[in-house]
Amino acid sequence: MITATTRRLAATIAVASAAAIALAGCSSSDPLSSGSGGDSKTIVVGSQAYPSNEIIAELYAQELEHEGFTVTKKLNIGQRKAYWPEVAKGSINVFPEYNGNLLNYLLQADGKDTTTETTTDGINSALKSALPSDVKALPSADASDADTYTVTQELADKYDLKSIADLSKIGGTISIAANPEFATAAYGPTGLKAKYGITGEVNQQNDSGGPLTIKAIQDGDSQVADIYSASASIKTDKLVTLEDPKHLVPANNVTPIVSKDLDSKAADAIEKVNKLLTTDALIELNRQNSVDQKSAASVAKSFLQKNDLL
Amino acid sequence: MNLFAQGFAWIFDPANNVGPNAIGVRLWEHVWITLLAVAIAVVIAVPIGLLIGHTGKGRSIAVGVSGGIRALPTLGLLTLLALAIGLGLGAPLISLVVLAIPSVLAGTYSGVEAIDRVVVDAAKAQGMTGWQILGKVEIPLALPLIVGGIRAAVLQVVATATLVAYINAGGLGGYAFSGIANQDYAEVLGGSIVVIALAIAFEIVFAALQRLAVPAGVSAGSARQSRRSTRSSAPRASTPVEGTHP
Repeated sequence: MITATTRRLAATIAVASAAAIALAGCSSSDPLSSGSGGDSKTIVVGSQAYPSNEIIAELYAQELEHEGFTVTKKLNIGQRKAYWPEVAKGSINVFPEYNGNLLNYLLQADGKDTTTETTTDGINSALKSALPSDVKALPSADASDADTYTVTQELADKYDLKSIADLSKIGGTISIAANPEFATAAYGPTGLKAKYGITGEVNQQNDSGGPLTIKAIQDGDSQVADIYSASASIKTDKLVTLEDPKHLVPANNVTPIVSKDLDSKAADAIEKVNKLLTTDALIELNRQNSVDQKSAASVAKSFLQKNDLL
Repeated sequence: MNLFAQGFAWIFDPANNVGPNAIGVRLWEHVWITLLAVAIAVVIAVPIGLLIGHTGKGRSIAVGVSGGIRALPTLGLLTLLALAIGLGLGAPLISLVVLAIPSVLAGTYSGVEAIDRVVVDAAKAQGMTGWQILGKVEIPLALPLIVGGIRAAVLQVVATATLVAYINAGGLGGYAFSGIANQDYAEVLGGSIVVIALAIAFEIVFAALQRLAVPAGVSAGSARQSRRSTRSSAPRASTPVEGTHP
């Protein structure tokens, strides 16, 4: 009896300590803390863990290198929650951001409601006051990578759909294949009802406008999909993005966020690249990356060469 | 309020217990798809396992194949199948059946293999046919291990069925997906607590079934009985040892 109890106790201790070791492993050190961007001559360019964002970061970084700056790339750093503190305190100096989503992130982090602004100018002026003191926004590019209400060409032809308002022709409740956050966003079903008087429900797919979301509208499980406006699949899958005359979805233009003390020549270089970025150009860059399977770096390089910037 | 209290508060919040996304609805979907997937796996894997155990042939193939499919990542398989056959219940069901088969298969053939060959030979000597040996000797004796295999499969499937919500086909996993997306960690934890509670409930039921599955004549060999018998047989065992010494 005693040996059995002792053995059980020993096993319990073994399991508990193994769990403790495993959990200690989880609290890993900050991956960004190594190799600080403290060197004043080095410009640190970051990007999200989002292929399209990585391409834009490569565009900025390669142009900066071409202009003679020393650049360190910190690409693929997760979502906003992971990288934003590093941008705010200046350990990342250049970050391609999206004005609408960034503004809402900053407002929510402050415990405020999301913005009611929907135009590029309105959002940029709100963003100016929401940004922390050590960073600034450079002028936005034309390119927008916003959430959209997108349908298949087939459905658009059948009901003659051009704008979101036309969805009322389908009748009933519109099923929208989208990520879970769409259900609670201001531009989700609540806003659709308020601005267009159309009832919608979310068919929760979790791949951010990826193949499963597109499958949902191709198979007719849903009528509408939330596809990001710069996604290559709008071209490759022949999808139709519905116009938004009542500005339901806020603008989400590519907007570089840079440290306030960034060299003005460096800022000029970034702006030069940014002027070339239209949504069509961005879709094409994304297509070369996701369909032709070219790396972000090589896609960016050929774009800059083609536009005589390299 | 700490996160655990928030998780429990989320479970008992009336707002989360109404409509198509109510906890009760999702719980029922979760139970339903888990049992359905395991039932299909049983129909497929038990006959194959019995065949392997009875004939003693094909064991290495079964070990290889079931080991191989055990390594398939369920999320990848689910996505691939959903793109091939469409969204809905089909793709997640197949993925979960694939996940459940190895445990049931292993439990079945090892259950038959573990039977003392002397017992099978005795049955043969009595003139039993192959089918009689299978039905009257091998299946009853292997039953505890077969149920054990099913129990392991249920545990794996009940946990993995959270992925069904990845393609919006129901179950308790949707709370985790939407909670993470909306940074509502009480929802993530609350949903997880319900899954854990369900897994524990299934464990209790299947542990009881496994005990019931032990045939009456074999219960002398079960753990509690054998401990008593070793203790009582110990002094008897010493007698012949003493006897050998003159």
